[in-house]
Amino acid sequence: MAADVRLLDSPFDPAAELTAFSSAHESAGGIASFLGQVRGGEGVEALELRHFGPLTLPGMKQLAESVQSRWPVIALLIIHRTGVMHPGDPIVMVSAAARHRRDAFAAAEFAMDHLKSESWFWKREKSGGEWRWIEPREQDFADLSRWG
Amino acid sequence: MAQLLFLGRLEDLAGASGMQVPLAGAASLEAVIGQLPAQLAAALGEPRIRLAINGELVGACREAGALMIADGDELAFLPPVSGG
Repeated sequence: MAADVRLLDSPFDPAAELTAFSSAHESAGGIASFLGQVRGGEGVEALELRHFGPLTLPGMKQLAESVQSRWPVIALLIIHRTGVMHPGDPIVMVSAAARHRRDAFAAAEFAMDHLKSESWFWKREKSGGEWRWIEPREQDFADLSRWG
Repeated sequence: MAQLLFLGRLEDLAGASGMQVPLAGAASLEAVIGQLPAQLAAALGEPRIRLAINGELVGACREAGALMIADGDELAFLPPVSGG
């Protein structure tokens, strides 16, 4: 089964990605997809994600393997941005294709919870013209603990 | 020389995303960190800072003080992640 895992330093088009993904996996009865984008309206002018080459993409690929070992997914797509983004820009996209919807939902949610709390990214936000590093959120660890 | 990389907020403390430090032969990690400004050295000793040497994750930086660092090694200091 195929996993497409990408780390991008330039924008991507989630609608085009989903179209390509769904047409490539017609045996899937369900595709669950999550898109994370830069939250606007709170004075945030820009967001930057940094990564560490030797760990970040290899870690994302390990996560994909872990998803595939837990659920019978037909295909998995994980796309994550690095670099500077602005409100409304896509940051992360996870799509899981499975024969039945429950597996697709669970696989996509598991992947997102682990991406948020365990992947090798560091985030800073620019507001009022100043950059500020963002500390990990306790909620992200709580989300992770659900999976045991 | 060893190449030091500072991720996340450590970059602000270090004033740069990376720096080179001279090595007289091999030196312990503790000795390498001891050459850094006190505030930065203290931050690297915080419990949740992890260390990767030449791209391989070693573990908690504060527990790796006795590790020997060789000429040409790349040390990446990794604070808690805040991704996605």
